[in-house]
Amino acid sequence: MTKNKKDKKRFGRNILPCVKGNVLMTVLTPLFIIMEVLLEVFIPLLMATIVDGGLYKEQNFPLKAYIPIDNINDNTRFIVVVGVMMIIAALCSLAFGILAGRTAAVASMGFARNLRQRLFYKVQEFSFNNTDRYSTPSLVTRLTTDVTNMQNTYHQVIRMFVRAPIMIICAAIMAISIDAELSLIFILAIPVLACALLAMVSVGHPRFRAMLKKYDALNAAVQENLVAAREVKSFVREDYEKEKFDASATDLKNAQRRAEKVFVFSGPVQMAVMWTCTIILLLLGGKAVVFEGRLGSAELISLMTYSTQIVNSLAMVSFIFVTMSLSRASMNRINEVLDEEIGIVGGENDGLKVANGQIVFENVDFSYSGSKDNCVLKNINLRIESGETVGIIAGTGEGKSSLVQLIPRFYDCVSGRVLVGGHDVKEYSLYELRESVSMVLQKNVLFSGTIADNLRWGNPDATDEEVEQACRMSCAHDFITSFPNGYNTDLGQGGVNVSGGQKQRLCIARALLKKPKILILDDSTSAVDTATDEKIRRALREYIPGTTKIIIAQRISSVYDCDKIVVMDKGEISDVGTHEQLLARSTIYREVYESQAKEN
Amino acid sequence: MPKRDNITSKLGDAKPRNPIRTFGRLFSYYKECKVAFIVAVTFIVIYSVSVISASFLLKPLVAILKENAALEDKYARYTVLAMGMAFLYVTAVITNYVLNRLMLECTVRVLCRIRIEMFNHMQNLPVAYFDSRTHGELMSYYTNDTDAIRELLHHSLTQLIVSIVSLAGIIIFMLVLSLRLFLIVIVLGIIVSVVIKAIGSRSSKNFVKQQKVVADVNGYIEEMMAGQKIVKAFNHEKQVCERFEELNGELCTVATRANTYANIVGPIMNNLSHIFYAITTMIGVLASMNGAILITFLQYIRQFADRISQISQEFNFILLALAAAERVFDLLDVPVEKDEGDITLVSATEEDGALKESGVRTGVWAWKEEKEGQVHLTKLLGDVRFHDVSFSYVPEKRVLEHISLYAKEGQKIAFVGSTGAGKTTITNLINRFYDIDEGSITYDGIDVRRIKKADLRRSLGIVLQDTHLFSGTVMENIRYGNLSATDEECIEAAKTANAHYFISHLPDGYNTMLTADGANLSQGQRQLLSIARAAVSDPPVLILDEATSSIDTRTEKLIEKGMDGLMAGRTVFVIAHRLSTVRNANAIMVLENGKIIERGDHASLLEEKGKYYSLYTGMTELT
Repeated sequence: MTKNKKDKKRFGRNILPCVKGNVLMTVLTPLFIIMEVLLEVFIPLLMATIVDGGLYKEQNFPLKAYIPIDNINDNTRFIVVVGVMMIIAALCSLAFGILAGRTAAVASMGFARNLRQRLFYKVQEFSFNNTDRYSTPSLVTRLTTDVTNMQNTYHQVIRMFVRAPIMIICAAIMAISIDAELSLIFILAIPVLACALLAMVSVGHPRFRAMLKKYDALNAAVQENLVAAREVKSFVREDYEKEKFDASATDLKNAQRRAEKVFVFSGPVQMAVMWTCTIILLLLGGKAVVFEGRLGSAELISLMTYSTQIVNSLAMVSFIFVTMSLSRASMNRINEVLDEEIGIVGGENDGLKVANGQIVFENVDFSYSGSKDNCVLKNINLRIESGETVGIIAGTGEGKSSLVQLIPRFYDCVSGRVLVGGHDVKEYSLYELRESVSMVLQKNVLFSGTIADNLRWGNPDATDEEVEQACRMSCAHDFITSFPNGYNTDLGQGGVNVSGGQKQRLCIARALLKKPKILILDDSTSAVDTATDEKIRRALREYIPGTTKIIIAQRISSVYDCDKIVVMDKGEISDVGTHEQLLARSTIYREVYESQAKEN
Repeated sequence: MPKRDNITSKLGDAKPRNPIRTFGRLFSYYKECKVAFIVAVTFIVIYSVSVISASFLLKPLVAILKENAALEDKYARYTVLAMGMAFLYVTAVITNYVLNRLMLECTVRVLCRIRIEMFNHMQNLPVAYFDSRTHGELMSYYTNDTDAIRELLHHSLTQLIVSIVSLAGIIIFMLVLSLRLFLIVIVLGIIVSVVIKAIGSRSSKNFVKQQKVVADVNGYIEEMMAGQKIVKAFNHEKQVCERFEELNGELCTVATRANTYANIVGPIMNNLSHIFYAITTMIGVLASMNGAILITFLQYIRQFADRISQISQEFNFILLALAAAERVFDLLDVPVEKDEGDITLVSATEEDGALKESGVRTGVWAWKEEKEGQVHLTKLLGDVRFHDVSFSYVPEKRVLEHISLYAKEGQKIAFVGSTGAGKTTITNLINRFYDIDEGSITYDGIDVRRIKKADLRRSLGIVLQDTHLFSGTVMENIRYGNLSATDEECIEAAKTANAHYFISHLPDGYNTMLTADGANLSQGQRQLLSIARAAVSDPPVLILDEATSSIDTRTEKLIEKGMDGLMAGRTVFVIAHRLSTVRNANAIMVLENGKIIERGDHASLLEEKGKYYSLYTGMTELT
C-alpha cells in the first residue's frame, strides 16, 4: 500500500508534468470521444425508428416525439427523413471520430516527446557518479522502449478510458429507456462478466510476466551465442549450443502456452455472457412483445445491440487495466532516472572567473562511493603553479585518473579542498570551471559527423585556421589532410574510421580548441609512437606556455621532461620532483624507469 | 555507414516479394501439429457457420412476432426457434474455445520449431556470415520478425479464416434474401476496400517514415548516452539538448501523423457502415421491399462491412508478417558452411611406433584417413605450413599475398604488424573460418581442406582478442573447452592459466555465476578464464590472439604467466601488439599490407634494423 502511494507521488511529480502543453488536446480527446459515443448510441435508435416506424408501420416507434412527421403513413417521406437524419448523425460521428483520432495522436505523441525530453535533459544534468550507476544500454532502453510503452498506454487511456464507461452508461440508459425490466438482465450480467475477466487477468498476468522473462532469457541466449560465434566454432560446440537453445525454446513454448491458455478463455466467456443475455432477452422480450405488446420487435433488436455494446466495452476496460499494469514496470524505470539526485551542482557565483591555471590540493580524500572507508585517494597535498607542466606516474588503479577528475569537478572530494585559480572549485559555476579545464579522457569518444564537427566541440566558433593550428599542435593535421575529404571526413558512429593513435590525437586537438587554462591528458598518447608523443609535448610547451599541463602516462618517456613529476602509490602521493631527483630518491620511479629502459 | 543503411532498407521491406510462396512455406510448418490444425480449421468453419446461422434465425423470429396467430401457439414456436438459436450459440462458444486453444497449440509449436530451426541453422553458418552483419540485425530475426509471425499465426490467421468463412456465409445468405439488395452491397464492399486501401497506404507510408526517424532518435540517444562524460567535459549539454529537441520534435510530428491515420480507420469504417445502413433502408423502402427481409438484410449489412474492414486491416498485418517470415526463410536459405573433409581426429595409442585407434582419450591424437576400406593413421604432431597462400575477404582486395611459413612441432611463431596488416586473418585461415584463394595450408602434411572442419578445430586451441564468456558458473565456462572434463581437471587448467587465485577469491569460487558475458569480471580476469578454457581442451596447437593493449602492465604480467603455462610443449601462433610478449618466439613475422616483410628471431631482427627494430625502439607507432 505504501509502495502504491509512493508510486502515485512519483507519478504526480515526474509523469504528470509531461502532459503540459498537451492539456487541451488531452481534454478534447475524451470530449470528442463522448460526442462520438453519444452519436454511436443514438444511431441504433434511429435504426429502430426507421425499421419500426418505416418498415413495420408501427404506431409505437422509438423517438416518436422527436421525428418531425405527423403522418407516418407517408412512408416514403418518413424513411427519407429518418434516413437523412441517420446519415447526418453518422457524418457527425465520423467527424468527431476523426477529431478524436487526431487529438489523441497529438496529445499522446506530445506527451511522449515531453517525457523523452525530460529524461534526456535529466541525463544531461547527471554528474559522473550518477552516470556510473547506469549502464549505457539500460539508459538507452529507458529513453526508448520504456517511453514508447508509456506513450502507448497514454494513448490508450485517453481514448478508451472514457469511451468504455460512457458507452456502458449510455447503452444502459438507452436500454432502460426502452424497457427497464428487460435491461435488468444484462445489467446483472455486468458483474458476472467483470468477475470472470478479472479472474482471468489476475491468473494470466503473472503467467504473462513469467513468459516475458523466458522470452528475455531466450533472446539473451541468442545474443550470447552471436557475440561468441567464434568461440562456439573454435571449440566445435555447435551441437552443445543447439541443445542449450532447444531447452530454452521449449521452456518459452511451455510458458507461452501456459500464459496464453488463460486468455483463450476471454473470447468464449465474453460471447457466452453476451449470448446468454441475447437469448434471455429474446425469450422474455418475445413474451413481452407477444402477450403484452409493450415492446416493438425492432426495439427488441435494439436492446440486443445495446447489450452487445455493454459487453464489448467491459472487455475493453479489462484490457486497459492489463496494459496499464504492464506499463507500470516501464514507469518505475523512468522514475528511477528522473528521481536520481544530481551529485554535483555548480557554485552560485556566476560572475566568478577562473583567473589562472594554478591548482592546489589540500588534504584531499576521495572515494567513488562517497564514504571515507574505501578511499582511492588519501591525504593528497599538491601545489601546481599556473603554466607548469606536471607528469603523473603510477600503475593502473593507483588513483591517477581519480586525482585529475577532481579538478574539473567530475567528482567531489570526500574531505579537503581542491582549488583552481585560488578559489575552491565548488565556488565556480560548472560551466566556467569546465570551460577553463580541458581534459582528454582515457576513454576517448568521437561522435558521428565530420572531423571538423568533432573538433568544434571544443569551440563551436573556431575558425578554420584555429582548427588547423590545434591539429598541427596535436600532430593530427598531416593524417587528416591525407584523407580524401580532409577535415570533412565522416567519422561514423564512435569514430570507427580512424585508428587508435589517430583518435587520440583528434581528441587532443579537440581539447586544445577550448583554449583552456588547464589541460589534462589522461593517458591520451598511449597508442601514439614515442616520436610523435615527443613532438606533441614540444608543441604544447611552445604554443601554450601559459596553460597548466598535466600529463598522466604509463611511459616514463612521456613525462621525463616535465617541470615536476608526481609519483603515486596506492592512492597516495609517494614523491614529487624532477626526473633526476626522482631517479635519485624514489624507488618506485626507478623501478618503472628501469623496467622500461630494459625493454628499449 | 553500410550498417545503418541496412537497417533502413530492412524497414522499407514492408512487403513480401512472394507472399504466396512464403505463406505456403510457413504453412508447411503446420505439419508439426497436423491433427490439431485440421480440427481447428473444421471448428473455425463450424463456429462461423453457427454464428451466421444464429443471426439468420432473427428473420423468422421477428416474422413470428408479426404473425396474426394464436398468442400461445405463436410464442411456443417462437421459443423453439429461440432455443435453436441458443443451441447454435452454445456450439459457437464451445467451438470458439476449442479452436482458439488448438490454434494456440499450433502457434507455440510452430514458433518453437522456427526458433530452433533458425538457431540450428545459424550454428552451421560460416563465420563470414556473422562478420558481415551486426548483432542487432541478427537479433531482429528472433525478436521483431518472430513477433510478427507470432501475431500472424496467433491472431491474424484465425481472424482471417473466421472472416472469410463468415463473409462467404453472409454473402450466401444475402444472395438468398435479395439479389437486388446484394448489388448495393457489392458497391458498399468496393467503396469500403478503396477507402481502407487509401488510408492504409498513407498510414503505412507514415509508419515507415516514423521507423526511420525512430532509428535516428535512438541512434542519437545511444551515442550521447555512451559519450555522456565527454559531453560534460566539453560543457556541451546545451548543444546536445538542442539537437535532441530537433530530432525529438521531428519524431513527434511524424508519429502524430502516422497515428492519426491509424486512429481514424475505426470511425471511418464504423460510420460508413451506418451510412450504408441508412441508404439501403431508403432504397429498400422506396423499392417497396418485404419488411422482414429488409430487417434481416440490414443486420447482415453491418456484419458485412465489419468483416470487410476486418479482412482489409488484417491484410496489412498479414503482409507485414509475411515480409518477416520471408526474412526468416531467407536466413534459413543461407548456405551452410561447406565441409568436404573426410579425415577425422581420433584418440590413439602408440606401441613400438605403430599407431592404433583407441576408444578412450589417451592424450595421443591421430588423423584417420579411410581409403578403399584401408584405414591409415597419421600421428598428430602440430606441424602447420603455409605454401604461397593468398587470401581476400572481398574479391579484388587482397589481404594476404603469397604468404609462406612453417611452424614445426612445438615451435612458437609470432606475428607483428599494424591493424589491418593481416595478422588475425592468418589465424582465421588455419582453423578455416575462411578459405584461402590460392596456395595451400598443410597440417602434419595433410591439406587442411581434407580434414573435417569440426576435427580440425578440435585440434586447435584458441584464445581470442575479444574474450567472450557464457552465462553460467566459472566452472561451466572453463568446461566449455572440454565438456567431459572433471572438476579437478578444470581446476588444474585454471591453475595452469594462473586464474585459480582470483577464482578462489570470487564470492562463490568456481560456482560464481557469470552474467552478461562476464560483466562482473575485469578484462584481465576474463582473459585468464579464456586461457583456462583453452587449457582444459588441451589442444596440440594453440592460437593466441592476445589483447593486452588495454590492460595495464601488472595484469599483463599475470596473463603472460598464464600463457606461458599453456604454451609449454605445443605449437603456438601468437599475435602480439606489445612486442615484449614475442621476444622468445622461434620466429617472428612482421606483416605489412598482407606481406611478410621481415622474418627471423628477436636478435636477428633487431640486428636487421628494419621495421621490427623501429617498432621495438618506439620510433613508429603500431596502429
